[in-house]
Amino acid sequence: MGDLFDKFQPLIDQRETLLSTGVTDPFNLVMERVVSPTVAICNGRETILLGTYNYMGMTFDPDVIAAGKQALDDYGSGTTGSRVLNGTYAGHKACEQALKDFYAMDHAMVFSTGYQANLGIISTIAGKEDYIILDIDSHASIYDGCAMGNANIVPFRHNDIEALEKRLQRLPEGAGKLVVLEGVYSMLGDIAPLDKMVPLAKKYGAMVLVDEAHSMGFIGEHGRGVAEAQGVIDQVDFIIGTFSKSVGTVGGFCVSNHPKFEIMRLVCRPYVFTASLPPSVVATAATSIRKLVHGSNKRAHLWENSKKLHAGLKALGFTLGTDEPQSAILAVIMPDLERGAAMWEALLHEGLYVNLARPPATPAGMTLLRCSLCAEHSSEQVDQIIGMFAAAGRATGCID
Amino acid sequence: MTDRASTDAKIKELIEPFNKKGVEVSDATRFAQDLEWDSLTVLDFVANIEDEFDILITMNQQAEIENVGQLVDAVMQLKGA
Repeated sequence: MGDLFDKFQPLIDQRETLLSTGVTDPFNLVMERVVSPTVAICNGRETILLGTYNYMGMTFDPDVIAAGKQALDDYGSGTTGSRVLNGTYAGHKACEQALKDFYAMDHAMVFSTGYQANLGIISTIAGKEDYIILDIDSHASIYDGCAMGNANIVPFRHNDIEALEKRLQRLPEGAGKLVVLEGVYSMLGDIAPLDKMVPLAKKYGAMVLVDEAHSMGFIGEHGRGVAEAQGVIDQVDFIIGTFSKSVGTVGGFCVSNHPKFEIMRLVCRPYVFTASLPPSVVATAATSIRKLVHGSNKRAHLWENSKKLHAGLKALGFTLGTDEPQSAILAVIMPDLERGAAMWEALLHEGLYVNLARPPATPAGMTLLRCSLCAEHSSEQVDQIIGMFAAAGRATGCID
Repeated sequence: MTDRASTDAKIKELIEPFNKKGVEVSDATRFAQDLEWDSLTVLDFVANIEDEFDILITMNQQAEIENVGQLVDAVMQLKGA
């Protein structure tokens, strides 16, 4: 009898080999206490957090917390139902209104996670006979949405405008076409040339979906993302985002100006067949989104942090995912998984938490230490972080 | 040379730069197991095939193609479509 777990054996072996070197398990860290958006207690030690997606530091915002507490008191701990049955409360509508106002768009639909937003929207709008053209480095939720809708999937090389155009040219006449792009790609922290790609997709009659999960609140004049920053947001049909990054809670959403968008509430299975978000969550999300509108000072400080850390790490001799800082994510490229894990552990001993990313989640089999900055990191903390990288890098032989 | 033979020859020519281990290529040669290609190599190679024959090979179709012979057949079919 075949054991269905046999297919995981290579990964089980790799993990055991790594842990047998005595390294702390990088995928099993517990935050014992969270002190602020940038500091937590891990293994009894005060640790600077550089591996959260809390870009705008909203998780401890007093107004956000107060809104959540009030909603808990007023509406209880959960809705115990789907959005299309008993699970739509005033707070869900208020949250969708906050999103419509934030993006200046006609429609907003809130999902229980960002993963479900991509899964639901993509699988529902692109079906069996349709074509989805996507960047090869797209997030797992995008690929899963493609697979669930059973569409024809056509990948193109990461951020390659010419490769995108060649594929658009070859699509069958009259077929349904959806181009899926991301504003910021989370592994290397690089941005897409949306100003070129979105008009190109339109030229060939494709609809365009842009996932702005890692740019919301930070990039663009109003924090609407890379499409806004590059002046093409009006040509984008669907923007997908999440509450688990800049918004500081959990949930996902899609905003759109499509006149028929509201029908999605009835036909999108990951929206219909799941419980809606608890009232406290949508209350914190709505409050946070409304505050992000006025976040220009925070945005400016976050850019300063990103530039300072990028320059500091580069000066130490680390190889980074981008030549210039393009977002709040900075990926430090490690020579291999073993040294990446050793470096990750050395940083933890220094009092710094970053994310260790490894294949298959990473492009080209790379091992990365992914740093994501927060607007609440002080300039002094960024100096400390650079010092910790210097010490850990020398201790592990990653730098001279 | 028949059309299939010329397609086959062209595909083998395009395989060569990615044939790092110098594996002898026949119809039965498998991309993952014999040539040991990873996903990025597959992407580059497929892009070259698509450009050469001006066709699209979707990921859904790629999943069905395990060896060189199957690829030649698929390209023939896509060229004819």
